[in-house]
Amino acid sequence: MSARSAAIRIPATKYPVERLTLPNGLRVVLAPDRSAPVVGVAVVYDVGIRSEPEGRTGFAHLFEHLMFQGSENLEKLAHFRYVQGSGGTFNGSTHLDYTDYFETLPSNALERALFLEADRMRGPRLTEENLRNQVDVVKEEIRVNVLNRPYGGFPWLKLPPVMFETFPNAHDGYGSFDDLEAATVSDAAEFFERYYANGNAVLAVAGDFDVAEATKLVEEHFGDVPARKAPARPDFDEPDLTAERRDSYTDRLAPLPAFASAWRVPDPIDDLAGYLPYVVLAEVLTDGDAARLVERLVLRDRSVTSIGGYLGFMGEPFAVRDPTALLLQAHLPPGGDVDKVMTTIDEECQRLANDGLAPGELARTQARMATHLLRDTDAPLGRSLQMAVLEQQRGEPELVNDLPRLIAEVTEAQILAAAASLTTQRRATVEVIPGGGNK
Amino acid sequence: MRELPALGPTRPLKLPKVVEQTLSNGLTVIAIRRPAVPLVEVRLRLPFARANLARAAVLTQTLLSGTDELTGVEIAAELQKVGGGLSAGADPDRLLVSGNSLAAGLGRLLEIMASVLTAAEYPAPEVSTERGRLADRIRVAQSQPAHLAREALLRRIYGSHPYAAQTPTPEQVLAVTPAVLRKLHDNRVHPNGATLVIAGDITPQKAIDAAERALADWNGDGKHHELPAVPELEPGPLTLVDRPDAVQSSLRLALPAVPRTHPDHAALQLANLVFGGYFSSRWVENIREDKGYTYGPHSMIEHAVAGSTLVVAAEVATEVTAPALLETTYELGRLASLPPREDELEQARQYALGTLQLGMSTQAGLAGLAITYAGFGLRLDYLAEHAARLAKVTVDDVLEAAGRYLAPARAVGVVLGDAERIEPSLAALTPVTRMGSEVA
Repeated sequence: MSARSAAIRIPATKYPVERLTLPNGLRVVLAPDRSAPVVGVAVVYDVGIRSEPEGRTGFAHLFEHLMFQGSENLEKLAHFRYVQGSGGTFNGSTHLDYTDYFETLPSNALERALFLEADRMRGPRLTEENLRNQVDVVKEEIRVNVLNRPYGGFPWLKLPPVMFETFPNAHDGYGSFDDLEAATVSDAAEFFERYYANGNAVLAVAGDFDVAEATKLVEEHFGDVPARKAPARPDFDEPDLTAERRDSYTDRLAPLPAFASAWRVPDPIDDLAGYLPYVVLAEVLTDGDAARLVERLVLRDRSVTSIGGYLGFMGEPFAVRDPTALLLQAHLPPGGDVDKVMTTIDEECQRLANDGLAPGELARTQARMATHLLRDTDAPLGRSLQMAVLEQQRGEPELVNDLPRLIAEVTEAQILAAAASLTTQRRATVEVIPGGGNK
Repeated sequence: MRELPALGPTRPLKLPKVVEQTLSNGLTVIAIRRPAVPLVEVRLRLPFARANLARAAVLTQTLLSGTDELTGVEIAAELQKVGGGLSAGADPDRLLVSGNSLAAGLGRLLEIMASVLTAAEYPAPEVSTERGRLADRIRVAQSQPAHLAREALLRRIYGSHPYAAQTPTPEQVLAVTPAVLRKLHDNRVHPNGATLVIAGDITPQKAIDAAERALADWNGDGKHHELPAVPELEPGPLTLVDRPDAVQSSLRLALPAVPRTHPDHAALQLANLVFGGYFSSRWVENIREDKGYTYGPHSMIEHAVAGSTLVVAAEVATEVTAPALLETTYELGRLASLPPREDELEQARQYALGTLQLGMSTQAGLAGLAITYAGFGLRLDYLAEHAARLAKVTVDDVLEAAGRYLAPARAVGVVLGDAERIEPSLAALTPVTRMGSEVA
């Protein structure tokens, strides 16, 4: 065997993708693949944390819970029972720019899944009792994920208010308990009326089905959902930073110091070509022991315990709109010096911008990224979720097949230019001061 | 009212193409074809019972830190070149090396895996760095309630069995030296008794040939250790672990369970689903969807080589800790003493059968199932046998299994939370003893 090997060819998938729009405005993506007797069904609504009204922080997420509480033909609990009683699993999740609802099931349950999604698209059962119950459940979710654990909400809830000025971009998307408790059934009805229009939704189905048959089933179940138009989407843009921003807070449960920094990046939708180099740069800096910042900070200086880099506050580079950011986050050993680490990161970005990449550094990073991208599409559910969002935000669900190649086409010059743009004055940072926790 | 569409005909459970071969050095290789994406997954499992906890933990973090030919950074870069990555983990039963790469990189991935198995050097600077990082991660884990509750439960149910402690202390980790790692590697990292699973866009026989080429020089016979069977659960007072100012309590109950091959297993699995093992269960519908006490309660059978245990877990608001325990005991007792409805059983059965299909539908899912089953001497055809057993379970079987395994009288309980606030109401329901807290 040789100790070192040459570059590998980046492969691609060829999932067929069919797009159609029903007369009522619902957009549909069908991606058949008969390799396993399983389907993934995703419905994505173009509303997320950035669209919730002031005084109602956390409402988009609370409303997501209410979409599981019964609908026109379904009692409370029926949705869960029908999905699981068909051998499937389900969930929903709320993001900055969208909210998704999804099931994956054995393919003999496809029609049932379409029925369930169509039923709640016509309208959830919004009752006082269900609202109060789900406010309690959401509060427990926030306690589990934020309040009762170290580093809760770091950095996705803690960094946006440092970087952004406006309510849509800066506020806490999980919500304050006061706002959650103040939510009313009529708030929910208005939210549904405004944002949960079929014209504001995409249905994607991936996996084991015949396209003609699935098209017929989709028309049967969704065709008579009353047509409602998508609301105009506001522009959430904010100017880039011109002076460094920095904040800190004490986490009473955290045993180690930590920080996260963010820099604005080009518009992921309107300027994909300008955006992709940043997606690759994050991996050049942090993906594995051979990545620049890991080698320097973790292995050589030992000034951090771990470091990660990614695009978007929720870590989903191809499911977020402008404004968004490249993030670097690190945990430090006890007594670690955050300023020193930040200075070293600046040095390394400068060094990259000035001296360029090492031979093979870009190609190997791109190869590993291809593996990650392809792996996310192996399950029909993963494909349906990605295609639904790509259709909604870009009108390009087939990008699922093209991303590994587009990533591989990013050049060294583009990486260097991206690295050069990570300057101090464009940086927003939040620092976690350990409040003791466990010694 | 619109009518719920009926399900189409059930698709039969179809196993992928699998080839298995035991190499001359004793390594069992299982190759599974799923060509949906041009990738490959690998899992290597070595028996690791009785390995020192701290040493095994540091070994997993330094196995890839350098060989006679490559530094740790070079290993990482060489893996990346084929879109690859490898990592290692350990538990009281086994050492597991996991990874994946582009399908065309399988040969290289296996070569690098072989090089660390035969020539890992555990260089002193890297060992020092990695044990420090591991100690930091353990410190973070020790500030997490789920981790602390699990540690307390393991101590309570396993007593002096090796399963009682599954995380070393930071101090134990920091004391591990390169010399003891090399010795542990020499004694235990050998192919005899080990299993390698390769799943993905491969021709199984060619993948086995590639494994043979790469791993033929990995040799020797390590020491083999068996663990004693886990002790019977000893019901007694609820163990309360104090976590001052906690806004939630971590509720844990352990119940007896049986291995996958036991005649009661299918009925027990369905009984657990009806009780609390999936969202549409009595317990979840009660304490989450009716009462709003909790977000993500779950109940699952955990299989380890030396025995199986059923663990019931929920994070509940501090003020409803005792009521949540009461409802949990009620739902266990109801299922242990009254038969479930036919439709409840049917719903659980469909879920169990359907999720078998879902679990087999990806490369990573197949690789994970195959390596897990291999640890118990089973193969993927267990899936079809298990599906047949699930299909036959009756309401009476569920009642009998629930009476035997889900009876609240057999439960061992641990609650981690703000003791001052929750002890009086818990003590109104059941005897309580306090355990010294991990939290300073």
